Formats: sequence, C-alpha cells, structure tokens
Amino acid sequence: MDNILSIVTFVPSLAALILVVFLRGDDEAAQRNAKYVALFATSVTFLVSLGIYFEFDPNDTGFQFVEQSDWLLGLQYKMGVDGISVLFVMLTTFIMPLTILASWNVTVRVKEYMVAFLLLETLMLGVFTALDLVLFYLFFEAGLIPMFLIIGIWGGKNRIYASFKFFLYTFLGSVLMLVAMVAMFADAGTTDIEILLTHQFGSETFSLMGMQVVGGMQTLLFLAFFASFAVKMPMWPVHTWLPDAHVQAPTAGSVVLAAILLKMGGYGFLRFSLPMFPVGADVMAPVVLWMSAIAIVYTSLVALVQEDMKKLIAYSSVAHMGFVTMGIFAANQQGVDGAIFQMLSHGFISAALFLCVGVIYDRMHTREIDAYGGLVVRMPAYALVFMFFTMGNVGLPGTSGFVGEFLTMMGAFQVNTWVTAVAATGVIFSAAYALWLYRRVVFGDLIKESLRTIQDMSGRERAIFAPLVVMTLLLGVYPSLVTDIIGPSTTALLASYDTALTAAETANQLASN
Amino acid sequence: METIILFAPLLGALICGFGWKFIGETAAMWVATGLLFLSCLLSWVVFFSFDGVTAQIPMLRYIESGTLATEWAIRMDRLTAIMLIVVTTVSALVHLYSFGYMDNDPQWKEGETYKPRFFAYLSFFTFAMLMLVTSDNLVQMFFGWEGVGVASYLLIGFYYRKPSANAAAIKAFVVNRVGDFGFALGIFALFFLVDSIDMNDIFDAAPVLAETQLSFLWAEWNAANLIGVLLFIGAMGKSAQLFLHTWLPDAMEGPTPVSALIHAATMVTAGVFLVCRMSPLFEFAPGATAFITVLGASTAFFAATVGLVQTDIKRVIAYSTCSQLGYMFVAAGVGMYSAAMFHLFTHAFFKALLFLGAGSVIHAMHHEQDMTNYGNLRKKIPYTYWAMMIGTLAITGVGIPLTTIGFAGFLSKDAIIESAYAGGSAYGFWMLVIAAAMTSFYSWRLIFLTFFGEERGDKHTHEHAHESPMVMLIPLGVLSLGAVFAGMLWYGSFFGHADQVGKFYGIPVAEAAAADENGGHGTEAQPQGAADHGAEPEAGEADQGEATEGEHHYVFAGEPGVGALYFAPDNHVLDDAHAAPAWVKVSPFVAMLLGLGIAIWFYLVNPALPARLAENQRPLYLFLKNKWYFDELYDAIFVKPALRIGRLLWKRGDVGLIDGFLNGVAMGIVPFFTRLAGRAQSGFIFTYAFWMVLGVAALVTWMSIGGGAN
Repeated sequence: MDNILSIVTFVPSLAALILVVFLRGDDEAAQRNAKYVALFATSVTFLVSLGIYFEFDPNDTGFQFVEQSDWLLGLQYKMGVDGISVLFVMLTTFIMPLTILASWNVTVRVKEYMVAFLLLETLMLGVFTALDLVLFYLFFEAGLIPMFLIIGIWGGKNRIYASFKFFLYTFLGSVLMLVAMVAMFADAGTTDIEILLTHQFGSETFSLMGMQVVGGMQTLLFLAFFASFAVKMPMWPVHTWLPDAHVQAPTAGSVVLAAILLKMGGYGFLRFSLPMFPVGADVMAPVVLWMSAIAIVYTSLVALVQEDMKKLIAYSSVAHMGFVTMGIFAANQQGVDGAIFQMLSHGFISAALFLCVGVIYDRMHTREIDAYGGLVVRMPAYALVFMFFTMGNVGLPGTSGFVGEFLTMMGAFQVNTWVTAVAATGVIFSAAYALWLYRRVVFGDLIKESLRTIQDMSGRERAIFAPLVVMTLLLGVYPSLVTDIIGPSTTALLASYDTALTAAETANQLASN
Repeated sequence: METIILFAPLLGALICGFGWKFIGETAAMWVATGLLFLSCLLSWVVFFSFDGVTAQIPMLRYIESGTLATEWAIRMDRLTAIMLIVVTTVSALVHLYSFGYMDNDPQWKEGETYKPRFFAYLSFFTFAMLMLVTSDNLVQMFFGWEGVGVASYLLIGFYYRKPSANAAAIKAFVVNRVGDFGFALGIFALFFLVDSIDMNDIFDAAPVLAETQLSFLWAEWNAANLIGVLLFIGAMGKSAQLFLHTWLPDAMEGPTPVSALIHAATMVTAGVFLVCRMSPLFEFAPGATAFITVLGASTAFFAATVGLVQTDIKRVIAYSTCSQLGYMFVAAGVGMYSAAMFHLFTHAFFKALLFLGAGSVIHAMHHEQDMTNYGNLRKKIPYTYWAMMIGTLAITGVGIPLTTIGFAGFLSKDAIIESAYAGGSAYGFWMLVIAAAMTSFYSWRLIFLTFFGEERGDKHTHEHAHESPMVMLIPLGVLSLGAVFAGMLWYGSFFGHADQVGKFYGIPVAEAAAADENGGHGTEAQPQGAADHGAEPEAGEADQGEATEGEHHYVFAGEPGVGALYFAPDNHVLDDAHAAPAWVKVSPFVAMLLGLGIAIWFYLVNPALPARLAENQRPLYLFLKNKWYFDELYDAIFVKPALRIGRLLWKRGDVGLIDGFLNGVAMGIVPFFTRLAGRAQSGFIFTYAFWMVLGVAALVTWMSIGGGAN
C-alpha cells in the first residue's frame, strides 16, 4: 500500500461523509448506527495504521511512506512519517476508538457528534503526516473547528465562554505562524517540509526598529512559530484556556484534547522550531527552559488548590507538558527522547484520568471534588483503575509516566541544573496534588447520601480502560518499544541541529573577522 | 534461582489480589504466603552457597536513550544476599503472622473482604523491596525505591475509612518524594559525569569523581561529595532521618504487621543499604560521609529523646527505629559499612520481633495501643511477654562486655559505637552512647508499663486479654532466635578481622607488612596509608586491646567495585575499632545499665515519679511529647504557604492577571467578539464553521500564491 498514510488519514472523514449523507432521522436506531459507524471507522483506522507501525523502519531517519502529488492551485499534497511523527499517528488512531466508546451515552445530536470526532481524527492525523507547509497549516488550524464545536455544542454550562477562549487563544497564535510561513516561502521558494528541513534560514544578527535581533531571521521565525505552538502545548503563561476548555468539554472531548491536541505543540517544536531554526531555538532555549520550569511549579501549586476534578487534572497536564518543553529545548538525546516519550505517555495517562472523571461524572453529574468521598467502598474496580493512573500521573517508575519525566530531567540537567532542580520539585508537588485528589474522591468513608447507590464500572467502561492500562504498564516496563523507534530520528535531528549551530557560529566568526 | 526469589512475591501479589474471587480468600492468602516462604527458603540457600564473587544476571532492557542504556538486572553480591534473607525472612513471617492479626479486624464491617488485599500489598511490597536490593543500576533501584514507597502508602492507608490513616499515607509518600528529589538529582549528576548509571561504571569512575568539580546550582562542588549528599538525601527520606523523619511515626496508622515489615525491618533500612551499596563512591566523598555521620548521630539522639515520653506503644518503637537507623548511618558515615549492615541485619530481627510482639499485645488488648492503659500483662500473655523481653534485651544491648557473647543488638550496636570512636567522630560517639542510655530507658519503660505494675485502663479489656494464636506466636519464636543468636553467629563475618570480613563480602585482602615498626600498635603499617597514622590518637592506647602480634594480619586491598563493599586504603576504622580502649567498649554497656536503672526506679520502684517530673519540667516534657514541634513547623513553613501561594497564583495570576490581560485584548476587538458570540448562541455555529474553513483555505492559498509570485 503506497498510500497507506492517506488511507489512514481519510478513512475517518469518509465515515463522516457516509454519516452525513446516508444517516437520516434522530431515533434510537439512527443514534445507534451513528455510534457503530464511528466505532467501526476508528477501529479500522487503527488496524490499518498498525501496518504503518510494523512496516516502519526505525533505522531510516528520513521520511517513509511518502506520498506526493499535485494539488489544486499549484499547491502540492505531500505526506510522510519519520521516527518523530509515526508514534503520534499511532497514538491518535489508538485513542480515537476509545473516545468513541467513551461517548456511548451521548444522546444529543449523536450523528453530528460522531461526525465532529471523525473529522477531528482526520485533521489530527493530517497534522502529524503532512509534509507540506500549507497542508500542515490547514490541518493544524482546521483541527480547531471540530474541537470548538465539540465544546460549544456538547459542553457544560459555560461552554460558550470556554470555546471562545480556546478559539481566540489558539487562533491568535496561529496568525503569527501564518505570517512566518509566508516569509519562509518567500525565502526558500518552496513549501515542501522535507526541503525546508535542509534549507538554512538567515541567522545574521540585524537590527529591527532599533533592537538587535540575535539570530536574525531565524529568531523571528522561531518566535512566530513559538507563539502558536506554545499556546497549543500549552505553556505558561498562555495556558489559561486549557482548564476552562477541559472543564466545559464533554469527557471524550477532554480525552482528545489532552491526549492528542496538546501533542501538536510539542510535535511542532520538533518538526519546525528545532530543525528549521536552530539558531533561533538556541538563542531562545534558556528562556523556554525557564518558562518550562516555572510552568511545572506554578501549575502544580495551582493544581493543589483546585476544587474541580477536571481543572485539577488540566493543571496537572500543563505541568507535565512543562517537562516536554524542557526536554525538547535541552536539545540533547535524553531530553528529546524523554519529551516524545512524555507526550505519548501523557496521551495514555491523561486520557485515562479524564475518563476516570467521566465515569463518576456520568453517574453523579458533578465534578466537584467535595461531592465525592469513600467511592472505594462501592466501586473497588474503579478505585483500582484510578489509583493506577494516579500513580502513572505522579510518575511512578514502572509506569510510562516515569520514563518521560526522568529522561527530560536527565537531559535538562546537562544543560541547566537550576532549571532541573526547580522542575524536579514538580515531582514532589505532583504526588501531593494527585494523592490528595484521590484521597478526597475515593478514600474515606462513604457517608454522602447521594453516593449510596453508585455503581461500579460497567463492562464497557472496563473495556475502555484495559488498553490504556496495558500501554501504560508496557511502556513503563519496556520503554524500548518507543525509544527504539524514535531514537535514530532523534539522533539525526540533533546531529543536524548541532551541525547547523556550529556552522552558524563559524559563519559569525568569519563575519566578525 | 535469584529470578524465582524476585518474582515469586510478585506472582503471589497478583494471584492474591486478583485471583481471590476465583480461588477463595483463604486459598489466595496461602498462595501468597507459600510463595514467600519459597522465596525465603531459596534466599537462605543463596546466602549460604554464595561464593562472594559479584555476578550480574540481566533480564530485560529498560530505559535506553543515546548513551544511556539500562537494564532490568540482578546484581548478586554479599550485600544483596544479606538483604535477600532479611527481606524474605521477615516478610514470610509477617505474612504468617497476619493470618492471626488481621483476622476479624474490627476496622471492617461484616462481609467486607480485606484480607486478600492486605496480603497482596504485602507481597507486592516484598517484590518492590527485592527489586531495590537486587538492582544493578540506579534506575532499577529507583523503581524499587518508589515501589516500596507506594506499597508503604497503600498499607499505611489500609484502613481507608480513617482520615488519620489517609493523611499519614499521603504524608509518607510526599515526604519520601522530597528525598527522591535529591536521589533523582544525584542520578542525573552521575549520568552527566559518568555517562552511565550502572553500578560497575559508577564504581570505576569513583576515583575520578573525587577529582572532578561540578557546577551545580549556585556553586562549584566536588563531584563525589555533591553526588554523595544528593543520594543521601534520598536515603534520609526513606530511612526517616532527621528533617525527613516526620512521616515514620505517623506511618504507625497502618496495621501492625506492616509496621514490623516495612517501617522497621526492611523498607526504612533501604537508605542504609543505598549508602553501603555506594560505598566505593562514599569512600571518595569525605564531605558527604561527614555529613552522614553528623546527621545519623543527631537522628539517633533526637529520636531517642522523643521516644522517652511517647505513650502509644507503636510510636515508641517507631522512634526507636528512627534512632537505630541513625546508628547505622553513623557506622556508614565513618566508613564502617559492614558494621552498618551488621546492625541492619540484627535490627531486622529484634525490631520486627518488638513490633510483632507489640502487635500481639494490641491484639490481646482489643486494639488498645496506649501503654497507660496496659499493665501487669505478663501473666496473661506469657509468650508475648518473653518474646518482648528478648527483643528488649537485644535492642538495649545486653551481653558480656569485652567478649562477643551477647544478644544480637549488643554485638552490632557496640560495633557501631566502637567504629564511631575509631572513625574519629567524637560527636557521633557521644551522641550514640547517650542515645544508648535513652534506648535502654524507653525500651524498659515499655516493658514495665506493659507487663508489670498494676492493671490500668478498661477493666473489661484486661479481663478478656488473651494470648495470641499459634500463627502469631511462631513468627515471634523464630525472630526471637534471630534476636538472640544472629549477632554471635555472624559477628566474625560482619565485624571480625579484615580477612573474615573480606571473605564474607568478597573483598580481596592482603597481608599487612609483618614488620611492626610502630611498636605493638593495633593498626599495622599499611602498604600505602601509613601517612594517616597521625590522625588516630587512639592508636597509642591500643596496646591493651586485642593482641595481634604473632598472628597473620590482613588489610583490605580491593579496588572500587570488587566485592560488595569498598574500603579505601586509608580506611583503618575496623582495626582501630578493635583496638579501641576498654572504656570505649564498655561505655554502651554502662549506658544500658544506666537506662535500665532509671527505668526500674521510675516505673517499678516509684511509679508516681514520671508524672511529677513531667509536671516539674513541663516545657521540656511538652517539647519532647510534641516531637520537637517538627510537624507544626513544617505545616507553617511548607504546607500552608504552598496552599496559599497556589491560591494566589490561581486567583490573582491565572484569573486576574493573565485572563484579565486577555479580556483586555479581547475588548479591543469587542464588536467582532460579540458578533461571534451572538452567532454561536443563536445556533449558526455550523454555518460559521463552514465559512471559517473556507476562509482559512482561501487565505492560505492566496498567501502562498501571492508569495510565490514574488
């Protein structure tokens, strides 16, 4: 299959199209059909994508499964994956069937709901596979829309505010990226990412409106992309859209948001910022490292005092993404490997944590931590699963959560011990807020009248958690499953990064002589 | 075989935890217990058949990234062998004991199943602990390190209905994490400098690290010292040393078998194990070991003072544990790692014995834990009484001075005190001697309050006090044997002459120069280290010490990483300790007698005295009773401010500043914003989305083409 990437990417939207065109009515049968079509389509997508996983050759650090053809208006359609992106594709196809399963109880506008999720899957996959700037931009920005709708239509009471906040934040960031892309095209004359990766953008210091811009054009391009990716991550201080979006989003929306959408920022850094603007990245790295460390401590402290379960987990997500940016901008093997690992691991663990909230939200219709307590008495299976992922969240060795945190900190230590030490306090805080949350919700005696009849997890719910448990454990015990695949590409990425930096330095020296 | 030892408990935990529904509660518990006894049996086989040569057994790849390559592997050497028998023996006995202790636990309601969960946790703990002690690299050790932390968390909070148990569980985990913070930074620093975190590589690099400077945070540090201190911070958390000790007394919220296994015999000794395991590094880190000595000695003293006035039987023993761990660290700090391991080994027996004995008392007294409600129990629970007696004789260090005949604690504790003296740490020596007196006092106080005097407290409870069942008494018996004989049997191996110790640990020894150039000194001239003699004032007084003339005399001559421990060529603590003057060797015995005497006076002869003393010395009494106010202090300077800052950052930072700024920006484009909002609310969202997609597409296309035209 030469066009397996396109197949994987577009099967979900094909299913969406089928739903739109053929599914009529809003009765129970139609709703059920919509769910089954969505589940079937996402499952097929996952199964087909396994082909990518098994056919992928980790030792080839270039792009694989490349498809290229002309597209409308002289633009080109180009797709491909390398060691950095392939596992994000897998993460997406893996998570989506679970989110559909988690949405089984949706009753409002089921067809549209499923269509939105299917489209979203296509757009997310497109982000990770696109090898053309314009294509990437389309996927990247259009992905906002289904998410915007999911929050705005199926969300909670304040959904309008949250969806606009979400939209404004991310859209404002991307405007700058768009400008930067135009500039890149003007400079390099192509929108082909594969070629852009080898193109050297100017890095001579120049002055702009009286300010010395160290790293020149690269720094400006870096900053423009940074505006967009930092919002997506999200990095402190542009993270405040995330807690609101999570709180208002339906469970499945939160799952996708945390597990996949947040990874686009990190992926963007690795695909664009680091390899294309190495000088800019190098100039800005200290700032980004500090922002990461601050994010970890700041959001962990804020997480400590949250009263809403989802908000707490959302803040914890921001803290975990802090480790990702720290690892990426440590710009060494352990840091970048760790960052990718952390993103994947967070994909499983945060998804599971939001699902855990969803399980009890479905029963009690509140996310207020104080409304719970003593669930272990009636929900032992739930208590076990929640405990497992709480431990994953605090980065317990043996779960995947540990490997990413450990490697990113190990990478950062080689660059800046202050940043590492500050970030490492996050390990203490995460234990505090996660266990404190667990204690208030699950432990204690069950004395609240409203919880007297609460039921433990159903078979469907257990089936959703099972694969996540397996992945969290598997990657925690045998991380080579990931590092074998990303390792060579990371090495190549860093090699070219270092070469470019040295070259720029020599050029600067020559210029100054 | 080592692999079976390691994974049998994990298998037991899984079968017991998940399989009890299928095979029944009792069967599940027996499976877990049976597998642990298997593990225990094999451990003893390994211990006795081990030849002293370090072996590595790789199992599976673990974290790999660039030059970092770690494995799940077993490092088999004498340290591992010692820890294997300590962990599996105590654990197997505690499993057995729990059949009795956990039966009909009043904390649970009718029909609630809790026992398989308890046994599963115990077995899981054992697995994690074994992973810790068998690790061949620091990441696997960290896995075990945090794994035991989780098991401890789960078991402290086992009575999940009790708020105090939940609070204690979280406290234990979080305080341990503070230690892990240091441990992790130590690992990172090691990787940064050595480019590996495998034991062998670290040991090989240790001499280089001693010469390396590392810039960390605000200053340049000697790498070996810095790493040593960072790793020790991890050890402080796990082993409840001063400043990170606050979780251990609270951990007594867990069921008593847990306290015996985790919070006395095994997990809390992990820190000592870590320091001993890293002895090749610490031998090159004089600054770090000095720090360890001072902190260990301070902890031994501090915890003993608090133990003097506690009335909860388990808390007394908990502070005693804390204090004894301080002893071990002093031994490690002065470079006598084998003495630290010796005390770790004997302490496991007698402290587990004391805890299980206390559990038996608590069981007899219907879960009453306050000693002020005990009294005169020796007739009612005679076996427990004798077991506790043996434990107390062991911990207080009863034996015949100047010989190697005595209870386990006599030999190992005296070994440490002599080492502290020989190691040149006057502070350590005196702190430990004073602590030994206090140890004796509070231990005997416990015995007298519990088993002697008048019956106090609830009459009804006393009438129904009953001896525990056989499943609980058998472990007491076995541990009693250990508490009596472990010291005498293994004295030579842990603290005998260098050749004995060397053989035990697989450390090469060389015959010291036969020429007795210094005229009958206990310490023979060393091949390389003769320059150090000036630093040992006691050498001259050693003439009356053990005669060494006419015998072969050996010194350690290993390289870092060869054998389970490493002693630098200038480390003469073993010889110097043997040659310590008689008053040094007798001092702990005198201290013990002193404590015993005061305890007899206070609690047998004149029982009204303690209350009067507490009244007279009220501030001091309250200071000790409230554990030097550490909890209050930490609450005021860490917990409360963290919450306050969290709230501030949230309300003022996120909501006020950042969102406020954003809203301000949004106000600038308010017409646009409100129009969008209006549309969305009126249900045109799909229309809007459609136009947006189109708009974005058009925009990009136009831009690209436009850009291309330039």
